[in-house]
Amino acid sequence: MRAVDAIMECLKAEGVDVVFGYPGGANMPTYDAFYDAGIRHVLVRHEAGGGHAAEGYAKATGKVGVALGTSGPGATNLVTPIVDAMMDSVPVVFLTGQVRTDLLGTDGFQEADTIGITMPAVKHSTMIQNPSELPRALHEAFYLARSGRPGPVVVDIPTDLSRAEIDYEPVTDVHLPGYQPTLEGNAKQIRQAAKALAAARRPIIYAGGGVINANASPELIEFVRAGNFPITCTLMGLGAFPAPDRQWLGMLGMHGTRAANYGMDEADLICAVGARFDDRITGKLSEFAPRAKFIHIDVDPAEISKNVPAHIPIVGDAKNILAKLAVEYRALQADSGRLEEWWQRIDGWRDKYPLGYEDSTDTEIRPQYMVQALMKATNGEAIVTSDVGQHQMWTAQYYDFPAPRRWINSGGLGTMGFGLPAAIGAKVGCPDAQVVCITGDGSIQMNSQELATCVDNGVDVKVFIMNNGYLGMVRQWQELFWEKRYSQVKMGQSPDFVKLADAYGATGLRFTDKTNLVEDMREALNTPGPVVVDVRVTQEENVYPMISPGQAARDMVG
Amino acid sequence: MSVMGDPGTKEPLSLEDLEASAGLRTGRKHTLSILVENKPGVLTRIAGLFARRGFNIDTLTVGPTDDENVSRVTLTLDGALHPIDQVTKQLHKLIHVLKIRDLDPDGTVSRELAMFKVSADGQTRAEVMQICEIFRGKVVDVGKRSIIIEITGTNEKIEAFERMVRPFGLIEMMRTGEIAITRGRSET
Repeated sequence: MRAVDAIMECLKAEGVDVVFGYPGGANMPTYDAFYDAGIRHVLVRHEAGGGHAAEGYAKATGKVGVALGTSGPGATNLVTPIVDAMMDSVPVVFLTGQVRTDLLGTDGFQEADTIGITMPAVKHSTMIQNPSELPRALHEAFYLARSGRPGPVVVDIPTDLSRAEIDYEPVTDVHLPGYQPTLEGNAKQIRQAAKALAAARRPIIYAGGGVINANASPELIEFVRAGNFPITCTLMGLGAFPAPDRQWLGMLGMHGTRAANYGMDEADLICAVGARFDDRITGKLSEFAPRAKFIHIDVDPAEISKNVPAHIPIVGDAKNILAKLAVEYRALQADSGRLEEWWQRIDGWRDKYPLGYEDSTDTEIRPQYMVQALMKATNGEAIVTSDVGQHQMWTAQYYDFPAPRRWINSGGLGTMGFGLPAAIGAKVGCPDAQVVCITGDGSIQMNSQELATCVDNGVDVKVFIMNNGYLGMVRQWQELFWEKRYSQVKMGQSPDFVKLADAYGATGLRFTDKTNLVEDMREALNTPGPVVVDVRVTQEENVYPMISPGQAARDMVG
Repeated sequence: MSVMGDPGTKEPLSLEDLEASAGLRTGRKHTLSILVENKPGVLTRIAGLFARRGFNIDTLTVGPTDDENVSRVTLTLDGALHPIDQVTKQLHKLIHVLKIRDLDPDGTVSRELAMFKVSADGQTRAEVMQICEIFRGKVVDVGKRSIIIEITGTNEKIEAFERMVRPFGLIEMMRTGEIAITRGRSET
């Protein structure tokens, strides 16, 4: 059979039910195979949209996403989603076309060194040298993408090899001698961690996206309950622990709550699970959690002691480690009364510094209010994707995520243009869920062409544009740190988003009045098909509280 | 005894101490012996990793092993500049990297090959050749006004030799970078 038909067999064997892609010269053989392969293909309007859609699919479902592009510009358009998937540990397999092998290295038409360009930003990549190795390479790609610390894998396929005839035999085993992720946590270390937790008087659990990747949310909840520990999550970890909750302190980091950040600052023991001490979490590293010792649980050993030295490192899968840790902790029968003082301190912060904003006295919609209204309108049950900027932070602050895989955003790379295509992927993966994209008037314009994908494929997503007429986060920084020298942040003449939606065949709405906002939003959510809502909000509102860049958590402002 | 110590203090426990120090700089030269799958681009991946993480390679050699599918990369780097632990962990993330050993200097025999082209005319030739003999070097070519010497040894020895012949006029020097093998029966 042709190598491309073998690709289809491999995709089916991997349980792939949908791919996101865009055809071109060098991947035409693959598209010929798609013609009657019986695998759903969502034709996006830009390869980057396809890549982010595959990410959204992967994040919402926990399965491996698949994105396709042709050689040259098709592949370079996938670079941003590839880096994004690397930064946020998203399992996606990228299949790129490549020019014929006899043209390789000749600057052939639509030739780009895809492997070279993407090398710094992939979990692994491979260019097919021999068509018979394609099936094995594909299965290896899926295995690598989903196992250990998930990530993007690129398979680059020269067009002549993809149409070659091969003897296809199903591949049932994958053997990678140089790749053996540690999944079982070291029992001695786990016991040590349990002892440290039992002795700690001011412990805090700091959970990240790794908990969600490991599907370890139930184990996390059990562990946190077992010790009556306070817990905070990173931007990527929201939903790993259900919010709101008595033990839930809210998000930590640059725009986290004071309770969470002060909790980290004063803790004597921080238990990090699937989190990587990013600079947006630690602030000034030398003043980060000065009184704490660290337990660090991560499947990627390279994350341990990378930014903050771990006293008790535990390498392995969060799911089984947290389960064992809860058992070990319970066995110690620690005196739960020892945390009373700590909880009083935390509750004091919560009472004194709740998240809040000054609501308008007229009908103007505050951006924070918009998020709260959307939470009410969706009963807090939607899958919410976001773009990057103020709207992302406000959503993270004000939308309480009750479960994992409900909050899908670009945290590490911070990719504007992520939200809409990610929503497409999420909706395709979870057709029964309400999928909402919160975006900004800047971000939406970075991939608004994907509205055509929504309409054409009947992907029913609801897009809420938090329209403040500015690149709000940059404006905020210019206001606070650049002496209000507002340079290139006013969006000026944006398109009429209602007409834009209309032009694409979607429904366009505009909300400017907060009076019946929740009802208005419900109506938008109940409108069949893709809907774009232009929500006009206060123009110059800042995201607070905030750890200023390079400052310590102790010195939060706002 | 309290496991965590008093609040506000940071002295770690002994076991924890061990782990916490893993990320620290050792302050000495490290020789990493790395077995890699013989796949296209594997050296680029290693070099690229070092570049983007800001690790600086002092020497690098690549050669075949007794298994044709496996190559050995031997590289040296300065433990005063880099957290070696982080370097090896990052290297381990490359799928084609099979095995890494951070070689213990006392349990390792390491050698480097160097060739020196030194100015040597009738008057100085004998003196240069005498130094060469002391260092157990080999004269591999003699011209009217220069001489080429081949020398193997640890890089300290080669550096010492360089210091000795430089005053005669060092025209050119080539060094291969170190290879290293562990003492005793165990495999490197």
